[in-house]
Parts: sequence; C-alpha cells; structure tokens
Amino acid sequence: MPVWFHRLGSPKGFYGMTTPWLPWLAVASLLLLMAGTVWGLGFAPADAKQGNSFRIIYIHVPSAFLALAGYYVMAVAGAIGLIWRMKLSFMVMKAAAPLGAALTLISLVSGALWGKPTWGTYWVWDARITSMLVLFFLYLGVIALHYAYTNGEAAGKAAAVLALVGTANIPIIYKSVDWWYTLHQPATIRLTEAPSMHPSMFQPLVVMIAGFYCLYALVLILNTRAEILHRERGSQWVAELARGGRA
Amino acid sequence: MPASDTVPALATGRAFRALLVRDLTLAFRHRGEMANPLIFFIMVATLIPLGVTPESRQLAVLAPGIIWVMALLASLLSAESLFLADYRDGTLEQLVLSPQPLWLMVLAKITVHWLVTGLPLTLLSPLLGIMLSLPAAGFGSLLASLALGTAALSMIGAIGAALTVAISRGGLLLSLIVMPLYMPVLIFGASAVQLAVDGVSPVGNLAVLGALLAFSCLLSPFATAGALRVSLHG
Repeated sequence: MPVWFHRLGSPKGFYGMTTPWLPWLAVASLLLLMAGTVWGLGFAPADAKQGNSFRIIYIHVPSAFLALAGYYVMAVAGAIGLIWRMKLSFMVMKAAAPLGAALTLISLVSGALWGKPTWGTYWVWDARITSMLVLFFLYLGVIALHYAYTNGEAAGKAAAVLALVGTANIPIIYKSVDWWYTLHQPATIRLTEAPSMHPSMFQPLVVMIAGFYCLYALVLILNTRAEILHRERGSQWVAELARGGRA
Repeated sequence: MPASDTVPALATGRAFRALLVRDLTLAFRHRGEMANPLIFFIMVATLIPLGVTPESRQLAVLAPGIIWVMALLASLLSAESLFLADYRDGTLEQLVLSPQPLWLMVLAKITVHWLVTGLPLTLLSPLLGIMLSLPAAGFGSLLASLALGTAALSMIGAIGAALTVAISRGGLLLSLIVMPLYMPVLIFGASAVQLAVDGVSPVGNLAVLGALLAFSCLLSPFATAGALRVSLHG
C-alpha cells in the first residue's frame, strides 16, 4: 500500500491533506457554476417547443446525475469501511448521505417545477420520477438508521450494510419500475427529451455538470472534515487546531 | 468449559433442524402473536370498501393491488419480531457464538418466519379475494404470487430486522428502511394477479418473483448475519 493511502486512512492525515484542496475546489466550483448559469440562462437559445422553461435542465440534470452517483459514493465508502475497517470511510459515508438526499430532493423538486409548464402537472408517475423517489427513500433510510444508533462506530457499520443492500437493489428497483411503467403507461403524457441536444444548449449543461461535481466534492470534504473534528474532539491535534495551530 | 475436541460440535444440518423445530415450537406456543398479522390483513380489507366504495366492479379493479399491499404491510409488521425475543433473552448471542455458520441459523429463522406469517397470509388471501370481489381468474395467480412473494419479503425484511433489533422502538425505522427494498416484489406480485385477471398468462411474472426470491435467498442470509453482528457487538 502506498503511503498516501495510509495517510488517507487516518482522520488527522485526511484533514491535513485536504486543507490545501479547499480553496481550489471552491474557486473551481464557483467559476464553473457562474459560467454555466449565465451561459445556460442568458445565452443558450430557447427551446423550440418548451420555450424558456427548458432551462430548468441546467439544475435538474446535474442534480439528478449526482444524486445517483452520490449513492454509489456512499455505498463504496461504506464497503471500504467494512472491508478494511477504515474509520475515515465511515465518516465519508455519513457525510455523503444527507448530501445525496438533498441532491435527490433538488432533482425531484426541479423536475416537478419543470413538469408544470411542460406536461401541465407537477407530478406524474413516470418511471424515472418514481425511481428517483425510491432513491430518495433509500437515502432517508440510511440517514435514519445512522441517527438511531447512539454508538458512532456501530452506526457507520449498520448504515454501510444497508447502503450495500440498497446498491444491490438499485438496478432491480430501476428495472422493475421501468417495466411497471411500460405496463401502465398513460397515453397523454410523453417525455419530450430530445435525443440529441443542440451543442449550443448542451455545452452549458456540461459546464454545469462539472460545476456540480466540484461543488459536490467540496461539500463532501467539508462535511467529512466537520465529522472528523466532531469525532476527534477529545484529541490533542484538534485542541491545538482550535488554539490556532495548523493540522 | 468443555474443549471442542471432547464435545463434538453439533453437525451443521442437525443444528439447522434443531433451530427450525425450536422456533416453530415457540411460534405455536404463542399462537396469539402469530394470528395478529392475519387479523390485521383481514381488518384492513374491511376498511377499503368502507373508505373507497362497496361497489363490486370498482373493488374488482383495485383488488389485486390492495391485497398485495396489505400482505406486504402484514409481513412488514411481523418482521420486527423476527429477532427481538431472541435478542432480549440472549439466545441471539449464543447463536452468534456457536460454531455453526450464522447465515445458516439466520436462514432457519427466516424459514420459520415465512412458515408462520407468509404461508398463512397466502392461504388466507382467497378469502380476501372474495371480500374484495376479485375475479375468479385471479385466484390461482394470487396464491402463487403471494407464496413466492411473501418468502422474498421475509428474506428482505430479515435484513432490516437485524439492523434495527438493538434499537429501542426500532419498528417504525424498520419499515422505513425496508419498504423501498420491497417495491420490486410488490410490482411483480400485484401485476401477476392483474395479468391473470385480464386473461394473460402470469407465468413470466411468477418466474421473475421466483428469481427475486432466489436472489434474496443468496444475499439476505449473509447480509442479515453481518447486520446481527453489528447490532450485537458494534
């Protein structure tokens, strides 16, 4: 195992290692999100059918992307914790759960707001919407289980087991919901997603997705650092840090 | 403490059978507890016509889904008790310490759970079918889908029960974490009945339910055993 892997394994090492990353991530996410927002909302052409309401895509798609990716981040962190008994990865998992749930909620709410002008209704039981709702429930389960345990270490392990079981189930849930939808498909509503977006609409979306990824990494690291400080609050190095020293 | 070479460990198969017989005996001595999910199942069936409509044509449309949702909830309610008594009196600790593989012991407990809840629910379901005016064509599929589906539900529920057994008032939490995992079973179970009612062969759906059961048999005993270790020892 390389040295950086061992350093990453210790909460203190992770804390020290990530300190210089933070300004870079903050600047990158700020620039990307600002550029993507201005470009997407101000300069990308309006959609031929949906007009300006299609611009919700610049929030909706990146958050949906990361909501799903975030579940895997959480599950992989949990698996690493269970296999290599790394304390840090349980902290990453705990930090990733509310973040992923928030992103899932954002994608659901922005989707509902997009649905109103497009389909005339906030909510339809479409396959993808339903899958996202189930994903939201899976996140809530992991969070609730985490908070139900008083012992932090047991909480991490239990939540990791649940997250892994959820990972095994996500493809099954997705496929079954998809199949259920084709069976019950309501005739009036069609998802109008252009198979190939025009580059002038697509490029700002890529910038937004990159920006969301940077912001996700930043918030994940900040959450993890807060969790590290909380768990190690009795230790020498946290005390020194609080007195103004450097980790 | 006797050394393991003087007292031969119970053969694995015999240990499985012993636990099966013990749990079945315990269940039959607490028949009242066993009946509770069944009573719940029938009572909710009475609420539907009261809340929606007593009109049999509309009930017939809703029946497959309602019977399945209620079977799911009844199975969920009973899942909490899967490990609770054994956790409280220390039996679970002994099972974890025993030389037999824990996943096999877990499998025995889940099997008993299905025999005393899922199977009776399945056998009772035609009665609910009559109460909710399920068309005659759906009954065979209802029995088959519930038999397979409740077994899968017991398997999945066991993971949640093991994760929440050490938490005081873990029942509601159990439902929260297990219900999303139940959804595929519900989708295929309810639509198997619906297909049969519509005159289409439900064999494909029943096969998927069987596949879900096989997959959960493969995954759940190990996940449950791991979860029990976390619950007991942190």
